[in-house]
Amino acid sequence: MDTVTLARAFFGTSLAFHIIFATLAIGLSAMVFLSELIHYWKKDRDFGILAKRWTKSVAILLGVAIPSGTIVGVQLSLLWPGFMRIVGQVIAVPFQVEIFAFFLEALALSIYVYGADRLRPPYRVIAAFLVTLGATASAVLITSVNTWMNTPAGFKVKPNGTIYDVDPWKAFFNPSFYETAYHVVVSALMTGAFVIASVAAYRLLKTSQAERLIHTKALMLSLVVAVAMSFLTALSGHESAQGLHEYTPEKLAAAEGLFKTQRYAPLAIGGYVDYRKKEIIGGIEVPYLLSFLAGNRFDTVVKGLEEFPRWTWPPAYTHTLFNVMVGIGFLLLGLAGLALLVWWLRKRNGQPWWPKWLLYLLLPTGPLSILGIEFGWIFSCSGRQPWTIYHIQTTAEAATKAEHLGALFVAFALVYLFLGTLVCLVLTHYFKRHPIALDLKSNETLGEDTHGAAH
Amino acid sequence: MVQPIEPSIAILTVWVVLYIYSLAGSIDFGASFWAMVHANQHTQAGKIANRFLSPTWEVTNTILVLLVVMTVGFFPKAAYMLGTVLIVPVSIIMLLISIRSAFMVFAFSVERYRKALQVVSGLTALFIPALLISALPVTQGGFVQMIHGQEELLFGKWLTSPSVYLYILFGLSSELFLSSLFLADYARESGDDSAYEVYRRYAITFGPITLLVAVFTLYTLEPEADWLLDRLLRYNTWYVWSIIAFLIGYVALWWKTKDKKIGRPRVAVVFVAIQYALATFAYGASHLPYIVYPYLTVNQAFTQINTFYSLLKVFTIGLAILLPGFVLFWRLFMKDKRYLEGKNS
Ligand code: HDD
Ligand code: HEM
Ligand code: HEM
Repeated sequence: MDTVTLARAFFGTSLAFHIIFATLAIGLSAMVFLSELIHYWKKDRDFGILAKRWTKSVAILLGVAIPSGTIVGVQLSLLWPGFMRIVGQVIAVPFQVEIFAFFLEALALSIYVYGADRLRPPYRVIAAFLVTLGATASAVLITSVNTWMNTPAGFKVKPNGTIYDVDPWKAFFNPSFYETAYHVVVSALMTGAFVIASVAAYRLLKTSQAERLIHTKALMLSLVVAVAMSFLTALSGHESAQGLHEYTPEKLAAAEGLFKTQRYAPLAIGGYVDYRKKEIIGGIEVPYLLSFLAGNRFDTVVKGLEEFPRWTWPPAYTHTLFNVMVGIGFLLLGLAGLALLVWWLRKRNGQPWWPKWLLYLLLPTGPLSILGIEFGWIFSCSGRQPWTIYHIQTTAEAATKAEHLGALFVAFALVYLFLGTLVCLVLTHYFKRHPIALDLKSNETLGEDTHGAAH
Repeated sequence: MVQPIEPSIAILTVWVVLYIYSLAGSIDFGASFWAMVHANQHTQAGKIANRFLSPTWEVTNTILVLLVVMTVGFFPKAAYMLGTVLIVPVSIIMLLISIRSAFMVFAFSVERYRKALQVVSGLTALFIPALLISALPVTQGGFVQMIHGQEELLFGKWLTSPSVYLYILFGLSSELFLSSLFLADYARESGDDSAYEVYRRYAITFGPITLLVAVFTLYTLEPEADWLLDRLLRYNTWYVWSIIAFLIGYVALWWKTKDKKIGRPRVAVVFVAIQYALATFAYGASHLPYIVYPYLTVNQAFTQINTFYSLLKVFTIGLAILLPGFVLFWRLFMKDKRYLEGKNS
């Protein structure tokens, strides 16, 4: 592999690893906050127990989220020095603000976890809220940089590469910032909820009568959040796609395998795109739909790839990445809706427990949701190829010229694999040693010592 | 012509953050090491170190990220050059940091394998500050070569230079000195006399060692860094004051308190912080105007002026907003007897 490809693979792997933990940190801390809120409001101690257990998972996950984030942050300078030279001059502000989001989250989390027993309940709710706020804000801010790469704004470049006329805030609020940040946040909340739903379904399949009630509460809460958030994810994704139509038409054309510019363009689902034959092989085409989705009118003109020089076409596999993300979105929305419907129908008939088949269906939702996040990001980043900063800087210009990347890549990949495995082991080990039955029995005096135990 | 002042403000800000991180990072990583050393013993020394670490390590790590982000924001070309030149050493540091943080968090969660996990986090932590500081000589000249307009690290020379190893030694002894001194104060605040005595003894040992190593380090600079030594000598009054601050802090470890306890660790911490501040700023001032000698000066590396002002604004507002958070944090984990004495853990 040449250095540029190696750098891309290396960086993509690091981000793909970081993003799992970062997304869960957002999604799960939001669930902790909701649970803590319900606990405070309804005085239902089951929710206090759930909040405590989820917090423990967040604390363990952050043990990897934070160092892996530190790695990607530093790797940006190491692997993409050409890119960072422009970033530093134009869009350093979100990175700087993000630091304060990190501080906010770190302070609030420590206060929530290690100080909870010395805080009065309303302050505990506030601390949980600030943790979520900090995590969400870091996602929004980093997304600002990413959207600026897709739709650069707020600066001009002279032919010799000198940057001038910089407006950092215009760069920050670049054209695709709002809808993308919205999509990133709701998809993270959706992922947190589905992961909880997966675990609750698993527990309900395995557990005894006594613990059913608390897992049912967890499942209900997560499903309600999941339905709402997957609905918003689909809506905001639609807005993102309209943004592609407006600002980066190559990306949309590649995502849909559209070669000819046309009105009444069809939406292609499935199959794969063959750049040599210039057609989609094995997909279904829904007539008119793409034009309508792109511009709310059937006669919207959608640009095809042939409009653009061949070397600027994004890779053909972006079509698959996009399809999988959207497919997962609709599948999960359907599943969560179905689960709530079945629950409601059965409850009307006096059958309060979840049917087994439904729980089995819910098992894979958490991992699927994470997969959706991965596919979405890889789509967004590789769909921008060959540009790192759209129409300004190519990936080859951005990349490092340093040698030895191969060995470093292998070393990092091994460490990611190792830490990933270890995190799974630690989580299972911890929750095996601290079964929920213990919490249910021991916590007569909730609010005194529930969180101190997170030590 | 009047020189623009902005680059100077920017480098000063970066340097202040660097100074803060060099103290906070040394204490953080050193505490991991001491927690490992005392994991098996009956004294509270290990527990105290862990009690300090569990709420603070995230905040400390964020200071490191702040340092990186500020450098990229204020001096993009420095980030470009340092990123290219230091890719291998910095990558190794990153791997160590991630292993250390993960294992420390795992150790808090898995009682059964706690000791084994702590050995890993303690040993990796020990080497992180040493490696971090080994990047410093690279900026002083002699280790970077320009090949076809592209900077490259002279790897073999860097690996075999005695000067680099002295820097590493200085990093190690500073880490052990600063962390034991700080933990002595933390133990005193927690009312734990036995742990205090343990850390006080370490501090007494490593204080003079650190000072000696520092002096040696400055006098064994690579010949290419002679320019730096010449300029350092111009700041020799700063170094004299720095040594005086050290001596006051060191002697404070024997001062009696009102209730007849030996040593005033708080006074010692404050004066040692002053010692490091004077030395760091004298070093930083001598290093000017170069960021990477002789290739890059502060002015050449400086960012766009609008970006500079936005960053400065954001930095000030952010700090102002978060200040109450830091105060609350300090009171909960550094002052509150209920936490310090471990009533709830
Ligand atoms: C659970 C995860 C998830 C799910 C179910 C969806 N998305 Fe998504 N999507 C993301 C998670 C995600 C993401 C990881 O958050 C991305 C990557 C980059 C970004 O901005 O958000 C993303 C990017 C992204 C982009 C590219 C933005 C760009 O490159 O500038 C578009 C057009 C969509 N999404 C559209 C959709 C649509 C129409 C969906 C239908 C339901 C959908 N997404 C579901
Ligand atoms: C959309 C993608 C991303 C999301 C949602 C995300 C979110 C997060 C979250 C929630 C954390 C934990 C924060 C904390 O507790 O301190 C984190 C840590 C971190 N992330 Fe990411 N991140 C993303 C991508 C990136 C990228 C591309 C970078 C690099 C430029 C990055 C840099 C960091 C850093 C440096 C940390 C460590 C912060 C610390 O030391 O406290 N992240 N991220
Ligand atoms: C949110 C902030 C993000 C930023 C600032 C960012 C930045 C970058 C940069 C600078 C590159 C290299 C240049 C290029 O190939 O275009 C890149 C590539 C890449 N990024 Fe992102 N990225 C972000 C999010 C993510 C996330 C979360 C993922 C996780 C899956 C990801 C996956 C990739 C991949 C796979 C590549 C290689 C591109 C390819 O092979 O085509 N990115 N990204």
